[in-house]
This record gives sequence, structure tokens and C-alpha cells, in this order.
Amino acid sequence: MVKYGIGASVLRKEDDRFLRGRGQYVGDFRVTGLQEVAFVRSPVAHARLKQVHIPERFRGAVFTADDLVDVKPIVSAPSLPGFKRSAEPILAAGKVRFVGEMIAICVAPTRAEAEDIADAVSLDLEELPAVTDMLAACEPDSPLVHDEWNDNVFVEFSENVWKDDLSGATIKVSKSIRTARHCMFPMEGRGVLAYRDERLRNLTLVTSTQFPHCVQTGLSECLGLSHGDIRIISPDVGGGFGYKGLLCREEVALAWLALRLAHPVRWLEDCREHLAANANCREHHYEITGYAAADGKLLGVECVAHVDAGAYSSYPVSSSVEAAQIANLLPGPYMFSAYRCRTAAVATNKCPILPYRGVARSGICLAIEAIMDAIAQETGLEPHDVRLRNMVPPEQISTYRNVVGKQFDSGDHPECLRRAVDAIGVQKIRERQKRPEPDGRRIGVGISFFVEQGAHGTNVLASWGRPIVPGYEQAQVKLTVDGEVEIHVGTHSHGQGHETTYAQVAHEVLGVEIDKIKVVQGDTMYTPYSTATWGSRSMVHGGGAVARASQLLAKRAAQIGAWLLQTEVDKVRVADGKVIAGDSSVTLCEVARVWYLQPQNLPASVDTGGLDVTAGYRAARDSGTFTYAAHAAVVAVDPATGIVEILNYVVVEDGGTLVNPMIVDGQICGGTAQGIGTCLYEATPFDTQGQPLASTMIDYMLPGATEVPDIRVLHMQTPSPYTEFGIKGLGEGGAVGPPAAIVSAVNDALRPLNAEVFDLPLTPERILTAIEEAAAHRQGAAA
Amino acid sequence: MKPAPFDFIRAASVAEASRHLKQADGAVRLVAGGQSLGPMLNLRLARPKLLIDITGIPELTEIEESGDAVTIGACVTTAAIEDGRVSGRGLDPLASVAMNIAYRAVRNRGTIGGSFCHADPAADWVTTLFALGAECFVATENSKRAIPADQFIRGAYENALEPNDVLTAIKVPRLSVGGRWGYYKVCRKAGEFASAMAAVLRDPDRGIYRAVIGATHGKPILIADAREMQSADGSLKESAVVHFLESNGIANSLARRQQLAALSRAFAQARLP
Repeated sequence: MVKYGIGASVLRKEDDRFLRGRGQYVGDFRVTGLQEVAFVRSPVAHARLKQVHIPERFRGAVFTADDLVDVKPIVSAPSLPGFKRSAEPILAAGKVRFVGEMIAICVAPTRAEAEDIADAVSLDLEELPAVTDMLAACEPDSPLVHDEWNDNVFVEFSENVWKDDLSGATIKVSKSIRTARHCMFPMEGRGVLAYRDERLRNLTLVTSTQFPHCVQTGLSECLGLSHGDIRIISPDVGGGFGYKGLLCREEVALAWLALRLAHPVRWLEDCREHLAANANCREHHYEITGYAAADGKLLGVECVAHVDAGAYSSYPVSSSVEAAQIANLLPGPYMFSAYRCRTAAVATNKCPILPYRGVARSGICLAIEAIMDAIAQETGLEPHDVRLRNMVPPEQISTYRNVVGKQFDSGDHPECLRRAVDAIGVQKIRERQKRPEPDGRRIGVGISFFVEQGAHGTNVLASWGRPIVPGYEQAQVKLTVDGEVEIHVGTHSHGQGHETTYAQVAHEVLGVEIDKIKVVQGDTMYTPYSTATWGSRSMVHGGGAVARASQLLAKRAAQIGAWLLQTEVDKVRVADGKVIAGDSSVTLCEVARVWYLQPQNLPASVDTGGLDVTAGYRAARDSGTFTYAAHAAVVAVDPATGIVEILNYVVVEDGGTLVNPMIVDGQICGGTAQGIGTCLYEATPFDTQGQPLASTMIDYMLPGATEVPDIRVLHMQTPSPYTEFGIKGLGEGGAVGPPAAIVSAVNDALRPLNAEVFDLPLTPERILTAIEEAAAHRQGAAA
Repeated sequence: MKPAPFDFIRAASVAEASRHLKQADGAVRLVAGGQSLGPMLNLRLARPKLLIDITGIPELTEIEESGDAVTIGACVTTAAIEDGRVSGRGLDPLASVAMNIAYRAVRNRGTIGGSFCHADPAADWVTTLFALGAECFVATENSKRAIPADQFIRGAYENALEPNDVLTAIKVPRLSVGGRWGYYKVCRKAGEFASAMAAVLRDPDRGIYRAVIGATHGKPILIADAREMQSADGSLKESAVVHFLESNGIANSLARRQQLAALSRAFAQARLP
């Protein structure tokens, strides 16, 4: 009878305010004397900035790099061999390196007036050739993004485990794959409100961020302030996805401005700024080759991959993350022994890349799954059979080390895939494909499988050389005078529902009613330092810390309760919000009242640590958790128009013990919608001068309610042997699987036409081009 | 994304609106629903000194029915048409087209006249009113005249209005009892602008068999007698259509492919009994 604890689909506590429009976002704060900020941003991708002309009447309302003399640039240089540093100025000086780079701050009573001022500022720019293509950027004659570098490569990674000679392998298949740069598009954009708090003697920033403490550290470095001088409040955040997991130039600019001026200042990102200045994710290129035996057994994989990392290295994640992930994660769930992979993070005249939900893995999954599909073609096997042949059997799952030494934790990969094959009805689709569709469309089915390493531990992330290495998450759990529970955490929910799930964890330990458990987050003054919420880490690490602190609190309460019950502490247990000894019990409320209000009734030996405890957590194995999933899609492709419709979509996922299955379903469906966007719709093309060509929502296409099908989510639940309650991280997987599954399905549909597409997104133009080229090829062959 | 400063007048009559147009001398725009002009203002792509709001002019939201036609005020919203304010014998195409234009929030404010004046080649009303053989009524402070829809649109974002003109109403002929309408647009996503679009009006009683191809780079392409595109068995002559599209400036083969699909599907609808 699970009702509110681990495993219960408790309705989200935070939804009451969200659904009634009572959420509190940066834009909802009302502060007296507030003035608004608009930025002058670079209209070109690459130029020498010779002068900024400020009309006389606006002097005093405009600030440029010349004013920000004491502000250090943002530098994110991981301690990796050969990594080239880039200093990202808060306001550009000397050179601009991407369209949308900030050049001047304009302040006025309203945003419209601030934009009028920005409009009146003119720039003297000497345009330079722009570096817009990551492959061309690696050519010796390419212009340089950073004059002081000798090429455009931030850093390269390589893996080389190649013992056998595979030149005689029966099957050799190669694919070129490209994924488009696009925007993350949270419902709420970025936003910053900054003011001086004279009473607390600090600079307060209300900012829409995923990690308030890291912003505090970053600001401290850029502005030369101590952490105590900076308070970061991250209120309700309308989606992050990685877009708010960095120190923003705007945050530094507003912080500086608030120190300089006598009144609060605010900047709210608008849609145009997001689209034109922040297309910052997913742009990869792969040349990948797979070698297999005649029976479909994968023998080896070779890959050269490039990541378009943009002009600078974001703090603290750095420009290197995706290229590192590709080299490390490409082998995916498959067993093979020969692996060669070279990857490069390439600097271009585009905004800096940020790790979007799933980080590099939607591209990685697409690349390796394209190889599995190609092997299926060569062998005549069903694509899922090829995958099944190469998976780790369940009895070896916790001991097998893959070609790069990665060790999984628990589960049954083949079973997960088989369930997806059954649920999507592959056999029925094969029957259906034998007859033409009445509307002339072509039907295809595709399945992708992946392992989602999440909740990486401290050791793993330290090995990536990050400037801020995530530590051991802590939680403060307090029994209030009324016997209610207050949880303070440094992670920050930006849609994940932590106010509910952390309360479920505390309820599981203490049994206090869920409505009487409050979660406090998003304020550096009231929460333990944390590297916060990203990388599917909060439920494992933050949830683990809430459990540990709740257990410690239960112990303290048990001591007091045992005294009140006149029994030994080892004879009592805490459950249902009570301290229980046999048939008698006292409520935690009674325990709290005695502790806070009638302490004279307690023995002198009572633990004076009290009922307000902080505890931390480290997973028993620090290498992260390994959720896995199969995504299966049925699509209809209209060969006359090139339009793709998703007819059916199934996800089978094993995310370990699920704290709140309803929230997990929401995570998977939301992620899948984003993956559908990556695969079919979202792209910011750039012209050869580096101009983003989708700067309004007329040109930038997001999937909407009519493009996202009903997604059927099926769960397996194999607990992790290494984490509290067996929880695994699973926030990102939804966005990882769709491109590979949908591309596979579309190419399955196009197969009778001999056409295939591996360029994301799968636009009608690309699909029609593939069809026309295949037809021309057939005609050429016939002639 | 805030507009540059502008003055704003809410006109009470067509004559007043026209008078302001005349006096403003250039940097002036009429605004109705603002669903195209609004974003252009916010992006500062349009920077008029004066905006004249015409949605408060009573006659511009009137609908007048006659035996063979309906006259729709220029400021009647697409949502009102979708909801059946313009309905009755031979007018079915209007509501069916309206309900698939953009999103409801856009339809709530966007007007038929505003959309037509904006003359976006991919706008549904442009292609639809061409195909239905509509007529536009235009007024100034002291004159009135009528312009056929296919002459009102001059090209992409270009209409036939003179500087002081106000489009007041659009007259749409009713289909005969045996008249049939076909309409198909190719959109990647519901509510987005189409990349190809075709309307077919087959009305034997009035001797009309007309097709229009929209979402091109310019003015919609009119096929005055669609029988030329039809083979003896009633199906579409694909090669004739492709050739026609090519000779009408649709150079891109993928665009031709999509337009062919739109036209053949609109044709099929119009052939249904």
C-alpha cells in the first residue's frame, strides 16, 4: 500500500501554483526603482570592433567594455592536455566573434526605451571572413576565430583499442551523419534582476538558472567579490535543459551594473535574442564505419567526429564536453572489441555550445544505431535482431566492461528491446508494408536503444578536468515546532518536480504527511552549496542526501521519543510520523514541541544537535547510474511532399527504482518531444557570413501538440545496487532516443525507393532530394 | 522586441482613416488585427511614424448577404468566419479555410482584409479569394471603387492600394448547388505557413473550373481553365502541370513536386460528387 513514498505517483505539489498562474519567475518580481536593460549585440559574426558611437544624449545610459575595467572575462579552461583557452569578454572589445555577442548595455526606465537607446548606438565594424563550418574550420587555410591560436580546434580526444586486423571483415558499412545546430527554447527564457541589498550587505541576483551556487562562484571570480557578498536567488524556472546551466555574460553584466548604479536593474531575454544569439546545441558531424561478421556480430567501430563548439568555452561546462562524450560513449550498449575514434571540438563564429538535455548522446545514439541498421541491411536480419546479437546479456551486466572500460550497473537490455519490438508491433508493420497505403504514403518502423549514463559521480567528473567538480550533495532536513518537515537543498528544480519527489523521499523515511513537508531551494543564503541540477543527477545525489539527512533526523527524534516513552532508544522505530515502541507511540509533533518549547522535560544527556540536521551523500559506486531505454517509432512518409508523420511511438525504459512514475513519464514524454524537434523540425541554419537564418518563430520550427504523438511509456524497474533506494538518473534519456528511432523509421519507409537521409532535421526538402537522387541514380543505371 | 516609437490614432470612419493617410504623407500604416504588422513592428522591421487602427470603424465589421454573394467587412476576423458568422448556401469554403489558418490566437485577432492587404504569398486568404473570384471594395475620403481580387494582389507583399485607400470589404460569390471546392496546403506543422498550396473551384453551373497555386514567391498562379490540366479520364495531367509550373517561374524541382501534390489533392477533392 504505497501512497506517498517512493514509487507513488503523487500529484506534483508545485503544480498548484503553476496551473493557477501563480508561479514566481524572474519577470514576476516587483522591485521599486527598477530599470530595464537592453543590449547592443553584434550584427555580424566576425569583425574588428573599432568604435562604439554613443549619441551625446544617451551618455550615462550606455556602458561598454571601456566601463567594465575591473571585470574579468569568463574563462572555462578544463585541465585537459592541449586545451586552448578562450577568454569570453562580458562586453566585446577589439573583436566580435558571433552574431548576438554583447557590445553595450543600455539602461532606461522601460525595455522599449532601452531598445530605443540601443537602436541609436552605432558601431564601427570591420568585417572579417567568418568561420561557419566546423569541417572547413579545420582546414589549414581557414580564418582563425582566435587570432592567438594556430588553428580553430579547442581540443581533440581519441580512443584507440584496435588489436585485430578487421580489413577482412565480411561486412563494412560507413555513414556520414550531420545533426543541426539549434536552440533549446525553454518556455521561460533567461532573465536577471540585480540589486544591492543594503541590509544584508550583498549583491543580490534573481536569475533564471539551474545552479545558483555555481553562478555565485562564477560571479565571484569575474567581479572579484567574496561569495558572502553575493546572493543568488533562482526562483521558479520555466525549463532549463542546459540552457541555464552556465554563467551567463548577462548575469555578470547585470551584477556589475547593479553595483555601479543606485537602482535595481533587470534584463529579460526575448524570443529574438534567444533565436538569433543562442542557437547553441547539437551540431555534430560523424564519419563512422562499422565492421561486422556475416552473422551480424559487430567487430569494430571507427569514427571521426567534429563538434561545432562555437566561439568560446562556457563556464563551467566548457567547450570540450561533447567531443569528450562522443569518444567515450559512442560504443553505447554494444559488445565489440576494436574501437578507434577521434573527435574534435572546433571553434567557429557562432555562439558557444552548451550541453542540451542528453548532451552529445542524441547524435551518438543516431551514429551507432545507423551502423546497426546498415549491418541489418547487409545481413538481411531485422534491425532489432542485429542489436540483440550485440547486447550484453543480463547475467554479465554488472561485470562486463565495454571497449572503453565502461561498466554498467544492473538490468536486462535484451528484454527491454524485445518489449519495445512487441509493443510497437514490428511484425504487423512488416505485414502492412507488403501492401500499398491507400493515401500513397510509405510506412516505416525504427527502433533505437541506448544506455543513459547519468548522475555521474565526483571521480568521473574530476577526470574531465572541470573547473567546478560536483561534490557530495547535501541536504538540510529540519523538524519544525509543529512536527512538520522542511528540506533545504542546493539542487534546483526547473521543471523536474523536486518539491514533490524530495518530499516523497523524506516521507519514506519519516512518515510525515507529504503536505507537511516543504522543500526550500533556489537561494544561496538558505541552501547548502551545490553544483545543482543537470546531468540527471538530482534524484540520485540530492535524493540520496535527503534520505541520509532524514535518517539522521529520525535518529535524533528517536532519542527524544524513546525518553518520552520511557524506553531504550534501540526499542523504538520512526514510522508514520511517530516514534513507536510496541503499542505505544509519540508523534513527531510531540517530539518537536518538547525539544523546542519544553526542553526542561528532556534529560541532560540529550543530543543538543537538535532536530535540524545536514547530511551528505556519496553513491556506493561513483561512476554514475545506467538507465537504458528502447525507443520505437512508426512513421508515414509522404513521398509527394516529403512530410513525415509519426503514427505510433513507444518508449520502454528501465530507470531503476522510480520515485514518482508519473513524473518520470512526464520527463520521458517531454524529452521525447524535444528529440522529435531535433530530428524533424529544429534547426538554425547559418549563411556563409555566419548570420543565423532562423531568427523568428516563422523560420524556427518547434514541434507542437499536433506533431508530438501520444507516447506510450512502459517501465522496467531494476534497482541500482549502488544508490539509495536503487534510484537511477533518467532526466535526459527521453531526448536521446528519438532521432535514431525516427531516422531509422523514415529510412525504413524510404528503402523501397533506395533513398536514405542522415542529415538532421529530416526536412521535406532533404527527404524529397534523397528520393529524387535515388530516382536519378536508378534512371542512370537503367540507361 | 519592442517597437520604435510611433503615434497612434483610432479612426472612427473610413473617411477619417483615409484623411489621416493623406495627411501623414508616407510613414503611416493602417492596422487591423496586427498579426503580421505587430511582429514587424516589434522586430523594428516596420517603423511607421503613425499607426491608424481601423478596427473600430463599424462598417468594416459588417457582413452583408445577397442572393449570389456575401460581402465581408475588411475587419471581420478569421475566427468569426471560422465560427460561422459568414455561412449559408455556397459559402462553405470560407469557414473550412478559416479554421486551418495559423493558430486560434492568431485567428482571434487577424482579419480577412488585413491578411489580404498584407499579400503574403503563403497566406490562405490570398489563394482562397483568388480562387473564389472575390472582389475588393476600396474607399478614400470621397471615392469608392471595386478591384477584382486577382488584380488587387500585385506580387509578394504588394497590393494595388493607392496611398489614401482603405480596403473596406471583400465580396465573395456563392458557389452554385453543384459547385465543388478543393483546397490543400503542404505544411510541416499545423498552423505554420505552407510551402505549397492549391485551391480548385469547379462550378459547372457558373461555367467555372479554376485552379490557383499559392505559396509561391509572388502573386498566386491562376489556372483560369483547369480542364487544360485534366486528361480524358478526369485525372490530373502531371507532366502538363509540371511544365505549367516551370513556365510560371517555379524553378525549384522540389517546390514543383510539392505544388503538384497540393494541386492533385485539391483537384481530387473538387471532383468528389
